[in-house]
Amino acid sequence: MSVAEGEPAAGAPAVGSSVLLEAERRTTGRGARRRHAPRPGGAPGERRWLAWLFLLPAIVMLGAILLYPLIYSIVRSLFSDTPTGAVRSFVGLHNYGAIFTDSRSLQAVKNNVYWIVVVPTLITIVGLIFAVLTERIRWSAVFKTVLFMPMAISALASGITFSLIYADQPTRGLGNAVAIGIHDTFSSSHPYPSVHPRDTAVFGGSPKAGYTTHQSYPAGSPVLLPVVGLNLTHPPSSTAQATAPTSGTGISGVVWNDFRLGGGGKPGAVDLGERGLGGMPVQAVQNGKVVASTTSASNGQFSFPSLNSGSYQLRLPSSAFGQPFNGYSWLGASLITPAIMVVYLWIYAGFAMVLIAAGMAAIPRDALEAARVDGATEWQVFRRITAPLLAPVLVVVFVTLAINVLKVFDVVYVLQQVAGGSAGVADVLAVTLFRDFGNQQYGLASAIGVLLVLLVVPAMILNIRRFRRDQT
Amino acid sequence: MNRRRISLTAVAAITAVTAAACGGSSSGSSASKSTPSSGSSTAALGHFNGASFTILGQWTGAEQTAFQSVINGFDKLTGATGQYSAAAGGDEASVLGAKVNGGNPPDVAFVSLPGALQQYAKAGKLIALNSAAQQAVSTNYSTEWVTLGSYNGKLYGVPFDASNKSTVWYNTKLFSNAGISGTPTDWTSFMKDAQTLHDSGVSTPISVGGGDGWTLTDWFENVYLRTAGTAMYDKLTQHQIKWTDPSVTKALTTLKQVWGNHNLIGSPSSALKVPFTGSVDNTFKANPSSGIVYEASFVATTITGDKLPAKVGDTAKFFPFPSVDGSQPTLEAAGDFAVAFSNKPVVQAFLQYVASPAAAKLLVSATGSGFISANKNLPNTAYPDATLAALAQQLVSVGDNFRFDMSDQAPAAFGGTPNKGEWADLQSFLGNGNVSAAQQKLEHDAAAAYGG
Repeated sequence: MSVAEGEPAAGAPAVGSSVLLEAERRTTGRGARRRHAPRPGGAPGERRWLAWLFLLPAIVMLGAILLYPLIYSIVRSLFSDTPTGAVRSFVGLHNYGAIFTDSRSLQAVKNNVYWIVVVPTLITIVGLIFAVLTERIRWSAVFKTVLFMPMAISALASGITFSLIYADQPTRGLGNAVAIGIHDTFSSSHPYPSVHPRDTAVFGGSPKAGYTTHQSYPAGSPVLLPVVGLNLTHPPSSTAQATAPTSGTGISGVVWNDFRLGGGGKPGAVDLGERGLGGMPVQAVQNGKVVASTTSASNGQFSFPSLNSGSYQLRLPSSAFGQPFNGYSWLGASLITPAIMVVYLWIYAGFAMVLIAAGMAAIPRDALEAARVDGATEWQVFRRITAPLLAPVLVVVFVTLAINVLKVFDVVYVLQQVAGGSAGVADVLAVTLFRDFGNQQYGLASAIGVLLVLLVVPAMILNIRRFRRDQT
Repeated sequence: MNRRRISLTAVAAITAVTAAACGGSSSGSSASKSTPSSGSSTAALGHFNGASFTILGQWTGAEQTAFQSVINGFDKLTGATGQYSAAAGGDEASVLGAKVNGGNPPDVAFVSLPGALQQYAKAGKLIALNSAAQQAVSTNYSTEWVTLGSYNGKLYGVPFDASNKSTVWYNTKLFSNAGISGTPTDWTSFMKDAQTLHDSGVSTPISVGGGDGWTLTDWFENVYLRTAGTAMYDKLTQHQIKWTDPSVTKALTTLKQVWGNHNLIGSPSSALKVPFTGSVDNTFKANPSSGIVYEASFVATTITGDKLPAKVGDTAKFFPFPSVDGSQPTLEAAGDFAVAFSNKPVVQAFLQYVASPAAAKLLVSATGSGFISANKNLPNTAYPDATLAALAQQLVSVGDNFRFDMSDQAPAAFGGTPNKGEWADLQSFLGNGNVSAAQQKLEHDAAAAYGG
C-alpha cells in the first residue's frame, strides 16, 4: 500500500529521502490527476504553485550545495593544478588515470576494495549472530543497548580510544598488554637481551644463533669471553664485579661485560668496575656438537671440571639474547588495515544488530512454530524460515554498510595520526582526497571525489529500486 | 621541514576557508591611540601617527609574546599600530593562500616558505621593498638570505627569525658514561661514537624520529648538502636534476650507513613509529634509551616545553652535523620572511624596521621563545642563554655557505605532506633501505608535484 494513495504527501514517514521523493512523484503524478475531479476547495493550479513555493528552499539548497558542487567537481577534475591550486591546463581524464597509476593512490583503491569485500559482509554476519542470540537471553534489551552504544559515540572518539588500545608500549596499549601477558605466560624471557660481542675478534654468530668463539680452548687455560651492551646505569641484580679466572681443572673462564661506567677499561681484560654476567648459559662445543653446558656465577665465572682432554669452542646460546617479545605492531604496515576494520566493526555491529532484530520481530511466529511442531531442528528453522524471511532486511543492512564503507574516512584518518611511518599503508580514497585537497591539488581531489560518487551510485540505485518495490 | 607545519595541513585548509570568511574586518578601526615618541632613530623610519596595518604570522604563546615586543618597538618609534593575528590552525600557508585568493590579504605576512614568496611575487601580489628597506636587509644579512627573499632580481622578503637545522643534540650523561670525550666532527667518528654508546648499554644510540617524515627530509638534506655541495643542492631543490641522479645515490648510501645499522638506530620499524617529540623524549627522558637525536635548534624548545629532566646547555648539548668525506662547514637553515601585500608607506617602514638589529634584539632577548636570528649585526650578547647564542653564532658564521630547507622550498604535495611525496618515500627508505627503489619513487613523486 502506497503512502501517497489517497493521503497527501505530508503523511509520508521520514524514512529516507527516496521515500519522500517517491511520495512526491505520486502526489504530483497519478494521485494528483485523480484529484482533478471537482471538489470543494482551491483550484489545483494554486495548490501546485504552493507546492513549488514550499519546495523552493529545498531546491535552492540542493542546487547550491549538491548539484553545483557536483558539476563543478566533474569539470574541475578535468584540469591540472599549479602548486598553489590554480587551474593549470585541461588534461582530460589524466587525473583519473593518475589515481590508478600512482602507487600510493592505487594502494588506496585496493584498500577500498578490501573494505568493501570484507567489512559489510562481516558486520552483517556479526549483527545477525548478535540478533539471533540476544533474542534468546534474558535482559536482552540491556545487552542490545550496550552493543548499540558505540553508534552513539563519535567516530573521532572511537578512533582515539582505539589508538590507545593499539599503542605499542604495553604500559599504555591494552592490546599489547594482553598479548605480552599471554605470551610471557608460555615462554621465558631472555636474561641479557641487549648484550653482544664488542667486535668479531672473539665471537662469531648472531643473537638468533647464539655467539660461538672462533677459537677452540684446551683444558687448563682460563678463557676470557668479553661481551658488551649491558645497561650500566641500571645493571641487573644477577651481575657483580667480574673476577679474572684462575687456571684449574677442565675448562674454566669468565663471561663479563667488558665496558665499565665512564669507559676507560682495557679491552679484553677484566678491569675494576666491569661486571660479570651471572646466570649466563655457557656451552662447550666440539665438532659442532654441544658436549657440556653450565651457567656462570654472578662474578661471571664458569667451569667445566669434567672436560679434561681435547679442546672446545665455547658458545653463549641464543636463549640468553634476543629482544623480549614486545607485542604486536597493531598499527604497523601489516596489521593496520585489519586493525582499523575491527574499530569499524565495533562501531557498526550494534547498528546491524538492531536493524536485524527489528526485522526478526516482524517474522510471523506461527511459521516458526509450525516448523518446530513438524520436528525441525533450530538450525533448520533458522536456515529455512528465519533466513529467507529476513533476507530483505539483511540486504538493507548490507547495502547501507556498503555505501558507508566506500566513504570511510574518520576512523582511518584518526588512527593514521598515531601510526607513524606506516600510516600510508592504510590510505583509503576519502583520505587521499582530503590530503590532495589540503595540498591545493583540486583537480586530483575532484577526480577522486567523482570516482567515489560513481562507486556509490550502483548501491544507491539498488536501494532506490528496492524502496520502490516495497511500496507497490 | 618547519616544525610548525607538522600540524595537519588539510585540517588547516578547512579552517583557512573559515578564517578567510571572518578575517575581513580587522584592519582600519583602531587608529587613534598612540602618541608620537621623541627620539632620533624615528627619523630613519618616519612618523606614521594613527596609521594602522595588519600582520599575519604563525606564532602563538611565548613566540607571540616575543614578536609582539617587536611590533611594540615599532609602534613606539613611529606612532603606528601593527595588529598581529596568528593563522588559525597553525597552518599559515593555507590561511594566507585563502586570504590572498579571496582578495583580502594582510598588509604584512610572515612566510616560512621561500617557494610561496616567489609564487606570490610571480602572481604580482607582493610589493617589492623600497630602497631604504632593501638597504637594511643587505647590510644586516648575508647575500644568500637576500637571494632567498628575492624574485626576478627584486627583493620582496625580509628575513626575520631563523632556525639552525644542522645541530645534533646529545645527552652528555650518556656520553660520559660511555667514556666519550669530545664530540664527533666527521661521519665516521659519529658512527663510531654511536657504536660506543651502544656498547655501553644504550639500546638505540641514535633516536630517529621516523614517524614524522619531515625529520627524515632534514637528515637527507644535511647529508646531501655535505656529499653533493651547495650547487647540486640548488639544482635538486629546483628539480633541475632528477632524484635518480648519482649524487642522490651517494647521499642515500651514506645515510644508509646509519639508518641501516640496527646497532645505531634500533629496528627501523620501531624508528618509523617514533614521532619527532618522541625522539627528543627518548634522548632526554629520565631513563634515556638513546643518546643522540638529530634535529634543528628547536630541539631545545622541545626539551624545555616537554619538561624533560635534561637541562639545555648542561646535560643536553649539541654539536654541528658532522662533516662527510671532509666537507667544509655548511649548514641547513630555515626561517620566516616578512613580505608586504599592500603599498602603505607604514608597511615599508615596518619591513625596514624588521630587518634592523634592534628588532632582532627585541625578538631574541625574550626568554622562552627560543628565537634566533641570522642578522649578522646582532651582538651575541643579546641572547638570553649560551646555547641560543652558539646556535646563532654557527648560523651567522657560515656566511653564504648555507642552504635553506629543501623540502620547505618544494611544492607541498612533495615536500610538506604526511604519508605522501618525499616524507613517505624517505619513510619507506628508512624501512627497507632500498636506495634505487627510493630514488625511483622520489623522482616519480617529484615529477608529479613540480608539474610540467
